[in-house]
Amino acid sequence: MSLHSTPDPASHSSSSLLESIPLAVDSLVKRFGPVTAVDGISLELRGGECLGLLGPNGAGKSTLIRGIVGRVIPDAGRVAVFGSPADSLEARAALGWVPQELALYPRLTCRENLAAFGRYHGLSGGKLKESVAWCLDWAALADRAGELAKNLSGGMKRRLNMAAGIIHRPRVVLMDEPTVGVDPQSRNRIFEMIEALRAEGAALIYTTHYMEEAERLCDRVAIIDHGRIIAEGAHEELVRSAFASRSQVLARLAGPPAELDAWVERHAGRHVDGAAEFTIEHSTLIAGLLDDAARSGLELVDVTIRRPNLESVFLHLTGRELRD
Amino acid sequence: MIISVIRTALIGLRRDRAALALSFILPISFFTIFAVIFGGQHDSTPKIKVILVDEDQSRASLDLVRGLEREDSLVIQTRPSSKSKTAAPPPEYTATTAEAAVKAGDAPVALVIPKGFGANPISFGEKSGAPAIQLLNDSSDQIAPQMVAGLLQKVGMTALSPAMAEEGMKYTEKYLGQFTPEQRQRMESNLDWLRQHQKESATSGNATASGGPIAVQSRAVVGQNKRSPMISFYAAAIGVMFLLFTASGSAGALLDEAESGTLDRVLSSRVTMTTLLIGKLTYNTLLAFMQLTVMFLWAWAVFKLDFFTHIPGFLVMGLCTAFAVAAFGMLLASICRTRAQLGALSTLLILTMSAIGGSMFPRFLMPEAMQKAGLFTINAWAIDGFTKVFWRDLPVQQLWPQVCVLLAIGIVLFVVARRIARRWEFA
Repeated sequence: MSLHSTPDPASHSSSSLLESIPLAVDSLVKRFGPVTAVDGISLELRGGECLGLLGPNGAGKSTLIRGIVGRVIPDAGRVAVFGSPADSLEARAALGWVPQELALYPRLTCRENLAAFGRYHGLSGGKLKESVAWCLDWAALADRAGELAKNLSGGMKRRLNMAAGIIHRPRVVLMDEPTVGVDPQSRNRIFEMIEALRAEGAALIYTTHYMEEAERLCDRVAIIDHGRIIAEGAHEELVRSAFASRSQVLARLAGPPAELDAWVERHAGRHVDGAAEFTIEHSTLIAGLLDDAARSGLELVDVTIRRPNLESVFLHLTGRELRD
Repeated sequence: MIISVIRTALIGLRRDRAALALSFILPISFFTIFAVIFGGQHDSTPKIKVILVDEDQSRASLDLVRGLEREDSLVIQTRPSSKSKTAAPPPEYTATTAEAAVKAGDAPVALVIPKGFGANPISFGEKSGAPAIQLLNDSSDQIAPQMVAGLLQKVGMTALSPAMAEEGMKYTEKYLGQFTPEQRQRMESNLDWLRQHQKESATSGNATASGGPIAVQSRAVVGQNKRSPMISFYAAAIGVMFLLFTASGSAGALLDEAESGTLDRVLSSRVTMTTLLIGKLTYNTLLAFMQLTVMFLWAWAVFKLDFFTHIPGFLVMGLCTAFAVAAFGMLLASICRTRAQLGALSTLLILTMSAIGGSMFPRFLMPEAMQKAGLFTINAWAIDGFTKVFWRDLPVQQLWPQVCVLLAIGIVLFVVARRIARRWEFA
């Protein structure tokens, strides 16, 4: 839908509708010199929803997020938060931003960091104290409240970084790759935090280049490449529209490389991390695939059959892998 | 291997412009400054301003005044400078106004030739009864009074030779008996020749010395009761220089915040760039003021500086200096892209400002052009203000020029810093 409302009889209902939408981005464009980082992106975030922005590094995810929080000035397009422009006080109060960088004061304790950002958002007195306590609890940092931020582990710093972004209890939260550089255990802790936040009713935009994260956390996924949304929808919808009922076979074989390459080419497959990947219409076709390998003098090491995932969708749409 | 190490280091240096600047520009700048101040630039040797009051108006005193006026290293002033070219010239200095002018710092030395000087211009010993010339000085300048006293004796020897001969005759008559009329006539004729020769020498500029001391009584009219001369000067001079370093370092926190992304996060809240910069300016001003306070308290405790009798003046000068210095730091931080750049630029600017502005050595030692250049620095105005407070004991109202300049510097630098900081606001 368009955000450019014109004064017509339906304008009142249109503006009420706009106010009920947590976040609406309309034809956003941002250029840095000759590079177009965001190329006319439009999207809408619904109440209580988690929208994943999935794309490789440099796809324009972070620029889009920074455009939404008003940290880059777009060359064209518009952002509305509950109907208010992105740079308005109302929008700032409603938006919470967790940047990719650890944007913290290293020489302040966890509690002091949260209190500082809380004050910057206009909190004070009991409300600030209550909010700091809630955030420390949420980030499982209550027992480290008096620790200097610089002394925390990588995972704890990430959690504090997230807590600082939601200290003012925003209704729309933008998380820009919050799990970058953390171990699997800390990542799970972060997932739990995000799920808890969703349970509180917040609407979320979550950028990542890990399809597992998008699959686990997001109701909908927008796949971004070269500053454009190339596909958008629920995880299953995206896979279905790209692959219908087809499956993927991942086979690891030993044998002469020339024979292996010829076999992969015959069946329109590709090499992925030392294995051969094929898309097949029915699982029954796997027998013929392996018979042909045996005839070519290739020895089967292992074989897996799986449903295509978001990474497969990205590959299908762009011809490149997500982590290229 | 060694060549590889050198090559890597050279590439690093070439790409680190800050280090390059520090390595080459800073030493050259300092060499130039010191060469100008202490080098062989004789044309710009500092001249000493001397206020002269001739209460005697005798032939001897007028000769002495003319002799002093001919001295290249002195600038003799008999009346205050006229404020406008069209206005009537102000009245000549008197002993009282000359003393006040030295106290106010208009000149480091005043000479008062008392009435009756011409009757006995040359004194051989203390018992001669000759009224002594009064040399009033500001003891913050240790060099000027000694130079003036020495030059006075030199002028006495070159400009008062007839008076000395006359004085010699008096002593001869007193201790050896009266001259005969014939001897007296010959003496008078010789004296006339001497006077004529004196005039000719004056016009040709080839004064010859004929010997004879002048009685001079020196008195410090400023700082005479100070227990520790120059302590207040150095407290202010060194204090301001380090304040500049601290302020630029502290303002550099802005660069750290920009680099870590904290600045972006802060600006995505309700805090605007103007609010943020004003907050940082206020913090840096208070920090600088606290530093100055600690410095002066140390000077009080260890070097007996009269701190507590000058609290109002200290507050006014301390806050204005801290404000200007903090704004200077903010400007540097907003200009620079990285901490390394800030480090190099601040070192270059602060050391240069401190050298020219009088933080390293008093400005009165510098050539006149250098003294004028110093007026473009925060150091000079701050030091002048603190000197007025702690050395000259002037009331707070007298600080208005320094206060106005420092506040204006602070406001202008902050406005420019705010303008440049737009780069952090709008990507």
